[in-house]
Amino acid sequence: MDLENLKDRNIGEQKYRMLDLEPTPTTGWGKFKRVLRRSVKLELLVGLKVTIREMFKALFMGEMHTVKYPFEKLPISPRYRAIHEMKRLLESGHYRCIGCGLCEKICISDCIRMDTRYDENQRKEVSEYTINFGRCIFCGYCAEVCPELAIVHGGRYETASEQRASFSLFEDMLTPIDKLKEQKEYPGFGAVSPNADENIKPTPLAY
Amino acid sequence: MSENLITVTIDGIECKAKEGEYLLNIARANDIFIPAICYLTRCSPTLACRICLVEADGKRVYACNAKAKDGMNIVTQTEEILEERKAIMQVYDVNHPLQCGVCDQHGECELQNYTLELAIDTQEYAIADTKREVKDWSSVLHYDAGLCIVCERCVTVCKDMIGDAAIKTGPRGGDKLDKELKESMPKDAYAMWNKLQKSIIVPSNGTDHTNCSDCGECTAVCPVGALTERDFIYKANPWDLREVPSACAHCSSACHIYYETRSESISNPEEKIFRVKNEWNYQTLCGAGRFGYDYENRDAKRDPDALVRAAETVKSAGTIKFNSMITNEEALMLQTIKEKFGVKLVNNEVKPFQEFLKHYAKAAGHMLYKDSFADMRECDFIISVGSKLRNDNPAARYLFNNIQKMNKGAGIYFHPVGDTLIPTFGKSIMTFEHKPHDEEYALLLILKLFGDHEKLPESVKEKFNEDLVARLGGDSESFEATFEKMMKKKESFALMVGEDLYYHPKAANLAKLVALVEESTEFKVAFIPPKSNALGVALICDLDQECEGVVVGYNEPGDFKISALGDGEFDIPAMNQQEGTITNMNKRVVVLNAALDYNGYTLNDIMNKLGLGESLTVDWTSKLPLNKGYQVARFDDLPDGFKNDMSENRGYLLANLSVEREEIELEEFNEKALEGDIAYRCNPQRQFNDFSDKAHQIFEKFALYASPERAEELGERVRVDFGESGAIELPVEVDERISGEIVEVPDFKSAYGVYDLFGQNRYAEVKITKV
Repeated sequence: MDLENLKDRNIGEQKYRMLDLEPTPTTGWGKFKRVLRRSVKLELLVGLKVTIREMFKALFMGEMHTVKYPFEKLPISPRYRAIHEMKRLLESGHYRCIGCGLCEKICISDCIRMDTRYDENQRKEVSEYTINFGRCIFCGYCAEVCPELAIVHGGRYETASEQRASFSLFEDMLTPIDKLKEQKEYPGFGAVSPNADENIKPTPLAY
Repeated sequence: MSENLITVTIDGIECKAKEGEYLLNIARANDIFIPAICYLTRCSPTLACRICLVEADGKRVYACNAKAKDGMNIVTQTEEILEERKAIMQVYDVNHPLQCGVCDQHGECELQNYTLELAIDTQEYAIADTKREVKDWSSVLHYDAGLCIVCERCVTVCKDMIGDAAIKTGPRGGDKLDKELKESMPKDAYAMWNKLQKSIIVPSNGTDHTNCSDCGECTAVCPVGALTERDFIYKANPWDLREVPSACAHCSSACHIYYETRSESISNPEEKIFRVKNEWNYQTLCGAGRFGYDYENRDAKRDPDALVRAAETVKSAGTIKFNSMITNEEALMLQTIKEKFGVKLVNNEVKPFQEFLKHYAKAAGHMLYKDSFADMRECDFIISVGSKLRNDNPAARYLFNNIQKMNKGAGIYFHPVGDTLIPTFGKSIMTFEHKPHDEEYALLLILKLFGDHEKLPESVKEKFNEDLVARLGGDSESFEATFEKMMKKKESFALMVGEDLYYHPKAANLAKLVALVEESTEFKVAFIPPKSNALGVALICDLDQECEGVVVGYNEPGDFKISALGDGEFDIPAMNQQEGTITNMNKRVVVLNAALDYNGYTLNDIMNKLGLGESLTVDWTSKLPLNKGYQVARFDDLPDGFKNDMSENRGYLLANLSVEREEIELEEFNEKALEGDIAYRCNPQRQFNDFSDKAHQIFEKFALYASPERAEELGERVRVDFGESGAIELPVEVDERISGEIVEVPDFKSAYGVYDLFGQNRYAEVKITKV
């Protein structure tokens, strides 16, 4: 496209057409006649046709469209980014988080904090973990940076609270151990791409 | 300097350098990047990593151990070299755990950095791993062999700098490399890998625990997370920590450190120091500096009534008793109080040093010792008189050791308390275990051996006739031959003067002798100030001998205690909570910055109540006395750091002003020998004062320290009777590196009043009885 065309904002065919409208009455008699004509012709019901049809369907045919929130909720995309979830390892049931602190570092609204310690098994243990949802903007960076797929977003989007700052602790977000079987991988930010295997060159092993 | 500078060209950039300097150091000084892992400045090249490979005049050399010649042309990167470096990094990454997230070095790891720098994105090599155990080497050191890349920096620093040589490389038991690799992979990478597969770091005494001074320098130099501080493991990530540059306040070296702080935890937002880091390429820390950081005065509050009370007490006090754990500014405030209200200033730690300096100045014609310890690093012959090198000042000890290792140096160590570590510093070290108070003869021997006899007064030369070597406990028959051997190829000489001389019955005589050494020999002479800011206090304050009237204790016991330890009637900030300056042993005024918040009042607030204050404590910095060599410098303008060419750019150097010179007239030498049991006032390593004792990672006890044999005789607990001045009861601890009969009584707890027990002396005749 050359510059001339680019500057021409009237893209497409311009097919405007004047409506064939009767002139607006100016005299009192003329106005009266118009009111009378419109009332008798029942134009109103033409406009309400769709509404009445839907009302009839809802009332008598069981095809109600209104979602009765909060008793009813619509399904959301599996990649929706709402309140975080902490995943567990399926094999051992241990939480996946290794306490590396990358989510804490990358968080642009600075709402993640964690405390770690050296535990009895010579491993790094997450002793405390909080997310301040008063500040979280649900950008998904934490899920994306997590090397263990430990922190992901979940579908719980109701975050209204009495205080501006509402915190979540590690245990609140962690998959309950009895629900481990139902734990699903998150397909959104941070997930392994479907063709990940093709992109990786395996490291040679000497075993 | 008078040395001839040569020119070398590195990557087309002309660099001036001293002849014989290592290429790597020249490149660094000129901001040219050459990757290097195993090299440590101020230590000997290890040649473990081989990554600093460069081409000098077309030949492949290692920049860390190739010496510069005039006109050399160096290329730091060719295709071949890059290939070698890449292969080396790939080999380092073989079997190195990839869980960087759970490593404390994560974020400041040199293995990470160089892997990224050299863009290593694939691995071509593999070898079966060996099981490598995680071990706690001491109360502070933690070694994770699984992370170790055996660059040997820890081994090098422990040997060349610290002098403990507490760690070495041991057998790893790894698989042998495939012979085909020798053909197929780059040469240097193969050689590096071959060595790597064979070794691992182990304590050099054959046990699982290191026998060392717990300085933690090995943890600082470790490029990966293999060597860490036990207390810091998995506590915080480096990037979460706020770095506050400051100076360590424990001893007179006032080393440059970084306090690393962060809020304590999620539940406690209070700022806390997590660890201390140092610029290990330029300055080496001791255990007190690295681990003795958490002595802050927490929970101090502002109570206006207490401030009024404190101001009134200070005004009407007879004496303010303080020590050298004080900034120049605070010392100047105390001096101002003295001048206005006639309060006496008493400082047991500094008074004798101040006297010594005065005597020295009169004899030498200038106020301060001529040279600094920083200048001495070039010397190849060093003598220490009157300092318990291992305990008194770590920087002096590192210097003594470093000269032996790096400059093929020699050294003489004069001290009555035998030390088994000092002779291990080098091959040509002579030790004299002379009698206490015979330091005059030690200086006399130096004058006799090195002095220009024509410049010496007759009264000194007369004394040369005595057999000085025998008097000092040496073997006069073998001395000459040994000494001649030591003197071979020695060009520059250094003398370190220690605390024993200031606390000597004939300190004035010694000061004159030191001045004579400086004048009549080629020695670089420097004094070791007894405690942290002793030099600053000695210059700024006009000290008195005896306490009088109501005693206000300033971090010392007294009738009214002003204290940064949190145990007094009035709180002041500790050294890690305030801004200020310290005058260190290198005659440098260095900067202290506040790492932690402090909510209470400061001494400046008392000064304001008294109508003498400034708006900020640091406003006093520019008021430090000019006639003592200080400068009019605003605190905020003082630089703080090091330059790439290793030069120190901290604060400013004191001017060494000349004073009127007096004829040197020696008094009679001290002939009164000490009899019976002898106690020596000396702190264990890593302990300097109440503050180091408060730190949770300093474990050395307040006890009587003795050689293993002596400790066995003494049993578990003893009463040390100082005669008229009193007695003290102490548990007995073994110091394996002491030899001989003399026992050491520490002074780091001011509450015990050990200075009063010893009086103006570091040695005392005592009666030791078992309790």
